[in-house]
Amino acid sequence: MELIFRKIAQLSASLVFVILAATTIVLYISAKPAIEEFGAQFIFEERWGVEETIELSPSEQAAQDALKLESIESTGESSDGESFVEDDDDFIMDDEDDFITDDDDEEMGSGSQRTKVIYGALVPIVGTIFSTLIAMLFAIPIAMGIAVFLSEIAPGALAKPVGVAIELLASIPSIIYGMWGLFYFGPFIADLFGGNTVSLLVAGLVLGIMVIPFMAALSRDAISTVPDMLKESAYAMGATKLEVIKDVVFPYAKSGIIGSIILSFGRALGETMAVAFVIGGVYQFAGKVTDPTNSIPVVLANSFAESSGLSLSVLFYLALVLFVLSFVVIGVAKFYFLRKK
Amino acid sequence: MRLLMNRLFLIFSTLAALVGLFFLAWILYTLCAKGIVGLNLDIFTKDLIDGGLRNVIVGQIMMSGVATIIGIPVGILAGIYLQEYGGNSKSTEFLRDLSDVMMSAPSIVVGTFVYAIVVVPTGHTSGWAGVLALFILMVPIIVRTTDDMLKLVPIELREAGIAIGASKYHVTMNIVVRYAKAGILTGILLAFARVVGETAPLIYTSGSSEFWSTDLTSTFPSLTVSIYNLATMPDDEMVQLGWTGAFLLTTMVLIINLLGRYASNKKRS
Amino acid sequence: MKHMMEVQDLTFTYSGASEPSLKSISLPIEKNKVTALIGPSGCGKSTLLRGMNRIHDLYPGHRYEGVINLLDSDEKAYTNILDIKKEADLIRLRQRVGMIFQKPTPFPMTIFENIAYGLRLSGIKKRAAVQEIVEQSLRDAALWNEAKDRLNDDARSLSGGQQQRLCIARAIALKPEVILFDEPTSALDPISTLAIEEMISVLREKYSICIVTHNMQQAARISDYTGFMYLGEMIEFDKTDTIFMKPSQKQTEDYISGRFG
Repeated sequence: MELIFRKIAQLSASLVFVILAATTIVLYISAKPAIEEFGAQFIFEERWGVEETIELSPSEQAAQDALKLESIESTGESSDGESFVEDDDDFIMDDEDDFITDDDDEEMGSGSQRTKVIYGALVPIVGTIFSTLIAMLFAIPIAMGIAVFLSEIAPGALAKPVGVAIELLASIPSIIYGMWGLFYFGPFIADLFGGNTVSLLVAGLVLGIMVIPFMAALSRDAISTVPDMLKESAYAMGATKLEVIKDVVFPYAKSGIIGSIILSFGRALGETMAVAFVIGGVYQFAGKVTDPTNSIPVVLANSFAESSGLSLSVLFYLALVLFVLSFVVIGVAKFYFLRKK
Repeated sequence: MRLLMNRLFLIFSTLAALVGLFFLAWILYTLCAKGIVGLNLDIFTKDLIDGGLRNVIVGQIMMSGVATIIGIPVGILAGIYLQEYGGNSKSTEFLRDLSDVMMSAPSIVVGTFVYAIVVVPTGHTSGWAGVLALFILMVPIIVRTTDDMLKLVPIELREAGIAIGASKYHVTMNIVVRYAKAGILTGILLAFARVVGETAPLIYTSGSSEFWSTDLTSTFPSLTVSIYNLATMPDDEMVQLGWTGAFLLTTMVLIINLLGRYASNKKRS
Repeated sequence: MKHMMEVQDLTFTYSGASEPSLKSISLPIEKNKVTALIGPSGCGKSTLLRGMNRIHDLYPGHRYEGVINLLDSDEKAYTNILDIKKEADLIRLRQRVGMIFQKPTPFPMTIFENIAYGLRLSGIKKRAAVQEIVEQSLRDAALWNEAKDRLNDDARSLSGGQQQRLCIARAIALKPEVILFDEPTSALDPISTLAIEEMISVLREKYSICIVTHNMQQAARISDYTGFMYLGEMIEFDKTDTIFMKPSQKQTEDYISGRFG
């Protein structure tokens, strides 16, 4: 009995690890076709879903020929019918290429090119990073202010309800922030700064507002670990509140606070719903901060239903990138800054 | 001069808190204003196809509920293992840290994972896929809160149990876990609240449905995904329904959180 | 066979420590008598006591050298409890050698359940038998009158002194032969302390008792034998009167007269 219980409990505990490992493996396997097709170039490519004709390398050429030969033999007619249709586009776009480079298969007429759809993650990656950066710039001073207010400035009777209010803010589902952002905050920002009601700026700010309670709560916890006696000795020397906070509290709680900032950064990176409503969902860079753009979670949320084959694999590749990115950020926060003891 | 800086700082800090509260108030006000307007009996008696929210509300609670029911034993047992049997070994610390990391992982990635292992092989979205996604999101939370609550149990209590001849299993289940019962339950409540508001992982695992359904094997209605769909429709009535749904969702989540808070405070006093 | 327990040349090292905390300790526990262990903080008296019901085993890695003998139930021979390896035997040991801790440790159950719990574990399940033993234990622990109308209340609703008496009732319900008290009154107010001291004096009629206390006067009040420990060694062991009035070791005398503490 004793042993069985212990074993079952141990199994449950390892489940977390199993899930994490399984996620990594499954994502990688599903992303593999895309990884093989695009390689690391994926991260720096800015086009998404754009068709491109590319030259076939001699080996690809030979493979394509072999296929065509086979199909002719088996069906008695060339499958050129289809390829002609495809290559019609080629003829229109790349006339010269056809004649100049096509020296291998004159009888087939075309075959030294194929169309390939290019996917690149650069736009969503940039969108994710910049929206998160904007969020951080906005959230950090406010969250720090709140954390300090709650732990050092507010009298007990006030600190409690305000603290509860902040924690309630943290529990509001992110979709609510998104909706509010779309219908109210976005237009407000657009009025203030010009530009679109859905944009990088709006997304960054909504993200920031969403992250503030989380960061404030964690920082407040870090600040409350500072021993009273330490603060008292500083006050006893005649230091002002600001000085005590600046010179005693912050240095002492530094690693916890930085850890909470990085953890919030990780959270914001992966946030979907707060951003999906207000970022615009277009695959182009935001030339101005008030232009719409895209982010990885939003791409993932919107594209899965309509994708298959390579384009589906591309989405997994994107998810893998996001997964690794957040894992690294959260890992750094946890293992480096939030070491307890 | 020092005093001036101090003054300024205090003002800034208080302002920051006010800004935070301001946004909370704005959001809640918006929610109430837009949401309450749409409240009527139809919301609760008709399904989405007929302009109500009955099926999606029930669907959301059902999926979250099932995920919780499966998640509770797994999470609690794992937490018990970490605190009572794990000791201070490296692997225990590692599993603890891993749970923390999983807690902050993007929920959409979890959705992607479940999509790959359930939706792709079965060829369609389903309630069970949604349940699995919510389960994965919930378990690390329950594990960590159980772990933390058990840590608070005084050592002497464990020793006293051993001292009257109880086996470790008995001491753990009858004495330690019982002592921490309230805290563990609060953890479960809060995990449920967190998961019932999730949208991203459900979008393409359980999909969406306008019809009444309790069949978890096919595409399943959920409040959050429906809000997402409704809010982005060009039809004003639909958007209004979305606001009403959002209001109901937020109310549900806030009530559960307050309940959890109340329960844990009551225990303390 | 007059000793209930005998500690012989016990050397004990905590896991990971470079020095032993107990050095070659010898101590007899006389049947139906109260033996007190006194000494300054860190002298090892609690460590010694906790070895006597092998509760150190909760935390792996320690080393025992030497022997702790416990008189068998048939009173014909001794068993070295340091040799016990099987879980079931350890459980039986703890049912024969009970322990009361410094802080009252009521289980998160009703008053009745607290006592019934140990009984059920030891195999006594019949409702009538359990009820009878619970009542008797509460009487022996001088708690019956205060508790008889609240048996189904949560044990944590009792006061500190009452909770400690509940722990004592819980221990004696199992009818142990030895009861170990680890500074049982240090967390209690003077009135509760007095009540428990009186109880211990009465308990010695049925049980053999060993009590660790940092309060010398308490030792002088209630014990028959006293052992003075310092820095892991048993400096002197004798009848309580002798220790307090005519100690043979200078260190003992210095401690008793308060020259160091």
